[in-house]
Amino acid sequence: MKALPDVAPLLEGMAADLIAYLSLRGIEDPAFVGIHTGGVWIAEQLRDQCLPDAPLGTLDIAFYRDDFEQNGLPPRVRPSELPFSVDDRNLILVDDVLMTGRTIRAALNELFDYGRPASVTLVALIDIEARQLPIRADVLGTSLTLPADQRIKLTGPEPLQLTLNPVTK
Amino acid sequence: MSLIPSHLQLNHQGQLRHFLTIEGLSRALLTELLDTADSFLEVGERAVKKVPLLRGKTVCNVFFENSTRTRTTFELAAKRLSADVLNLNIQTSSTSKGETLYDTLRNLEAMAADMFVVRHGDSGAAHFIAQQVCPDVAIINAGDGNHSHPTQAMLDMLTIRRHAGGFENLSVALVGDILHSRVARSNMQALRTLGCPDIRVIAPRTLLPAGIEQYGVRVFNDLRVGLRDVDVVIMLRLQKERMQSGLLPSEGEFYRLYGLTRETLSLAKPDALVMHPGPINRGVEIESEVADGPQSVILNQVTYGIAVRMAVMSMAMAGQNAQRQFNQETKHAIDD
Repeated sequence: MKALPDVAPLLEGMAADLIAYLSLRGIEDPAFVGIHTGGVWIAEQLRDQCLPDAPLGTLDIAFYRDDFEQNGLPPRVRPSELPFSVDDRNLILVDDVLMTGRTIRAALNELFDYGRPASVTLVALIDIEARQLPIRADVLGTSLTLPADQRIKLTGPEPLQLTLNPVTK
Repeated sequence: MSLIPSHLQLNHQGQLRHFLTIEGLSRALLTELLDTADSFLEVGERAVKKVPLLRGKTVCNVFFENSTRTRTTFELAAKRLSADVLNLNIQTSSTSKGETLYDTLRNLEAMAADMFVVRHGDSGAAHFIAQQVCPDVAIINAGDGNHSHPTQAMLDMLTIRRHAGGFENLSVALVGDILHSRVARSNMQALRTLGCPDIRVIAPRTLLPAGIEQYGVRVFNDLRVGLRDVDVVIMLRLQKERMQSGLLPSEGEFYRLYGLTRETLSLAKPDALVMHPGPINRGVEIESEVADGPQSVILNQVTYGIAVRMAVMSMAMAGQNAQRQFNQETKHAIDD
């Protein structure tokens, strides 16, 4: 089992990649959207490093999950907050751990209930390669293969740290 | 007094599966409900005021008593959760209530409804349905007799939490027809559970139920004494239909003694909140200038009512789903 990577150097690399990606695609005046809770921390860090003036919204995708029938609502749902108009805006959607892609599917659905963005760029800290939907990050910190009985979790916000936990069921 | 065993509302994991009464629910659960409602409040401010949580579910509003606000906000709440909604307005003037209730529900069961929102003139009606008629359908009490109106209480709690900041160190007064008020009963229980240290009821002796002390409240017969330094005033509708019963001399007399006017409100704290479950009777229990005044949060209550009902419906549906899965797994385990 290889050690989990440190977050800070990953963030530095992501910030550089994000700036390069935005300039390559000609994306101007973007707004950040972090997915609760880890995605918000990563989005804050990237915003501060890349585009300190860009607005930042937060999304709690609990009302858009596809497992409500099986698992109900999570215990703490926070209000989503997008302090800007989504219509015609270039959005940078940020999550911490990309696994099946279902969270991103839910986040995209929620975003489109706010309006019609010009574009959505997906940024993730880590991809654990358990994709179940055709969703990939445009900017990625790193990727990692995990044993089936392990999950990775970002703790924070100070310090930001990746931890390995056994699957709870 | 206790009509409903609290475990009836909860599933095997202690989650809500019916919402019948505040009684017996924990502070943690009520707080979770308020937190969830806070999140749904934000949905009401979006371009698309809808989330897909209850897509494909059928919610039946079964109202055996008249209602405008409660029924329409329940309907809106269900629609904003993407559920399909059936509205049934049933007036039970001639038929025996028990029979009608039973027959109606058997019909609705046959339509594969997932949730009933029930208002009924008899205390314990929602409880009866949850226990005896359709235990696998999530039952939401939208008011039963003079017993309970739990979603009203929770929207009142959300109003207080959002506008007064919390429940600790708070003085809350309930004013008016306590005797016939299911809102008052549910509010007293909710305030107590959430830790409000000073709950006052202000009413003439004839409009107070026996054994009111069990709710842990202070009783006042004089409005001008009871309102002193309170943070929140919850006015109750004077039910004009009760006038005939001789409990009160006249509307005018009631207004003079118990009406909330600019003058009587000035006895409360300067920024005291004015609340009312509606419909308000202007000039009967509340002065127009107070109802429309800067301290009034009466219309905010209506907005919060939608969010609270969305929270109740989604939590009960989730609890009912979990219970059904648990029952199936248990049954399979026995079959194996």
